[in-house]
Amino acid sequence: MLTQNNNRLNNLMVPILSIILGFVFGALLMLLFGYNPITAYQAMLDGVFTSPYFFGEALRQATVLTFTGLGFAIAFKAGFFNIGIAGQLLVGWVSAIWVALAFPDLPRIVLVTLSLVVGIVAGAVWAGIAGALRAYFGTSEVIVTIMLNYTALHFTNYLIRNVLSTGNTTERVGENASLRIDWLTNLTAGSRLNVGFFIAIIVVALYWVFMTQTTAGFEVRAVGLNPHASSYAGMSAAKNIILSMVLSGALAGLGGAIHGLGTFGNIFTQSGLPNVGFNGIAVALLGLGNPIGIFFSSILFGVLDVGAGFLPNRAGVPDEMASIVIAAIIFFVGANYLIRLIMGKLKSNKQATEGGE
Amino acid sequence: MTMLKLRTLLALGTSAFVLAACQGQDAGDTTDTIQDDTEDTTEDTGEETADNGEDTEDIDFRIAMITDEGGVDDRSFNQSAWEGMNEWADNLGLSDDHFAYYQSNDSSDFVPNLNQANADGYDIIYGIGFMLLDAVNDVADQNPDQNFGIVDDISDRDNVVSLTFRDHEAAFLAGVAAAQTTETGRVGFIGGIASPVIDRFETGFTEGVAYVDESIEVDVQYAESFSDAGVGQQIAAGMFASGADVVYHAAGAVGNGVFTEARNRLESDPDSEIWVIGVDRDQEEEGNWDGGNFTLTSTLKGVGSAIEMSANQTIEEGFPGGETIAYGLEEEGVDVTRGNMSDDAWAAVEEARQAILDGEIEVTEFSYSE
Repeated sequence: MLTQNNNRLNNLMVPILSIILGFVFGALLMLLFGYNPITAYQAMLDGVFTSPYFFGEALRQATVLTFTGLGFAIAFKAGFFNIGIAGQLLVGWVSAIWVALAFPDLPRIVLVTLSLVVGIVAGAVWAGIAGALRAYFGTSEVIVTIMLNYTALHFTNYLIRNVLSTGNTTERVGENASLRIDWLTNLTAGSRLNVGFFIAIIVVALYWVFMTQTTAGFEVRAVGLNPHASSYAGMSAAKNIILSMVLSGALAGLGGAIHGLGTFGNIFTQSGLPNVGFNGIAVALLGLGNPIGIFFSSILFGVLDVGAGFLPNRAGVPDEMASIVIAAIIFFVGANYLIRLIMGKLKSNKQATEGGE
Repeated sequence: MTMLKLRTLLALGTSAFVLAACQGQDAGDTTDTIQDDTEDTTEDTGEETADNGEDTEDIDFRIAMITDEGGVDDRSFNQSAWEGMNEWADNLGLSDDHFAYYQSNDSSDFVPNLNQANADGYDIIYGIGFMLLDAVNDVADQNPDQNFGIVDDISDRDNVVSLTFRDHEAAFLAGVAAAQTTETGRVGFIGGIASPVIDRFETGFTEGVAYVDESIEVDVQYAESFSDAGVGQQIAAGMFASGADVVYHAAGAVGNGVFTEARNRLESDPDSEIWVIGVDRDQEEEGNWDGGNFTLTSTLKGVGSAIEMSANQTIEEGFPGGETIAYGLEEEGVDVTRGNMSDDAWAAVEEARQAILDGEIEVTEFSYSE
């Protein structure tokens, strides 16, 4: 019991220390290049936290990152590296917009639900391809999802140009398909924060229930921990591979649908895969696969993303510095062995001195 | 109501930085008295400290640009806009804080960046590239008193000036140059993302080639990217292999791959005669190799000078809101460089340019009818 509590504390310390170390590393780098790190961090934090608009934008960004983070985490728990989150997000986005444009006259609640569900299904199917190939043919899901990313990108661009519109952007979806709600928009001084934020909170709770309270969730975790032992225990490997990939894609697709209906209200040709897809991987790693951890790390990343915009003009620091801080945080999470080792040393030293008294 | 609060808040927040930068600002906004108060104080302090500068007459006019995903150092489109802003400030003797850029790393950054520039109180905020049209329109609707500009697309809002380029005219001249230079009777065109803007380049180029010799084949391909040099190299390899000896790219950073491929080919077979035509900026230096230079010519697009002209026009005559200003050969908004063209080719290009200026040749703008 005691050791378990200790573990939990240690687990919490790793991301927190990583964040602190990430910021310290960023500060050192800024000093090295002759920038003032205090002005820089102050510009970021002031920019985001003193303005309801930019705080709302940070939460909006966090909303999408929560979905991509959870999506990555569920496949990762089952032992798979779904690097195709960006592509799954994109197909979710385009299909949700498609539905919203096709049936503009449905009542709002029906249209929004329908669009989101179609987005979920599209993402799930896209990831399911990689899952099925892995389950039945042993194809590497990493390679298949990377390839499917590009397929999604070009397929989506084709659809936008030839089916949904004749140019590079589709029409805006009607009021009835928008996820924006007036009081939230007014509260955040006109930001694009939308009802997706609350959906994200609900999904975080559902994710937790699924993983810890259901048999299916237990099987997914068991397969991730030891696929051989799980199949010996009678769990179907193929079923769990496909299930975890489908759920992963469904979450990414939902994120894409919310990005489309909430942030933009339309879709436009993309010159590359959306960053939020890949940043979801970082969010999941920092959150250590825990849904609540993922939620908070996506808020941190949302703040860093939006705050980065304040660096060049208010602190004279290139905005890429924020990406370096994010990268450093992820590096320290990855190097958590080091953090654990140092913490262990400190603890045993402390015990030794206490024992001496 | 909250919007006003936010503006006040931001005005207060920014005033500290503005003070530090010792210069006044004028948001040209009189709707909000509290905000005006804050600005007045900044202006007062600003003037006191500004006096110890040189004796340039202080033009209180500030412009900002929002990049598209390419970033401010893309060696092409965004960079030329930024260079133009630097030149504008130099010409007027303005200090560095009269102009700024906001970098967008993702399309979801466009709207926050525009809002940030708006909060920072610039007189004109330019969106660089057609990708920003929706975002500029949205923010322009929410801030009817703020002036915006959009490059390469047309906005119908009254507080937005649209700066477009008759790129097809320059591309036509590039087509003439290519047709005069090719020996294989086959040339290539590599576009970035298929869109009206790039379609202008394609249409002009193919028409220019056909103007010289209709039997020359034009191989047209799109990279579906403005940033992936790898794809550019791959497409160029295919084109050179199938016998094209002049390749024109209108694809931003994708073009860097085209130059790489041409250089590799020339270095392994120095006797082959292949050429690349650059875009937007003079890309002559990208074509240097051991045996000389393979940049045949570059089409120029004066994004920077268009911004410069519209900013100056605003200072002198007021903001041309709601107008679309098209820069062509005549306005010196687009052109081609002499590059490494043969004398004959250059003569043909000069002749074609004169014919366009005189209205004898009407270059088609789009391959499809609108």
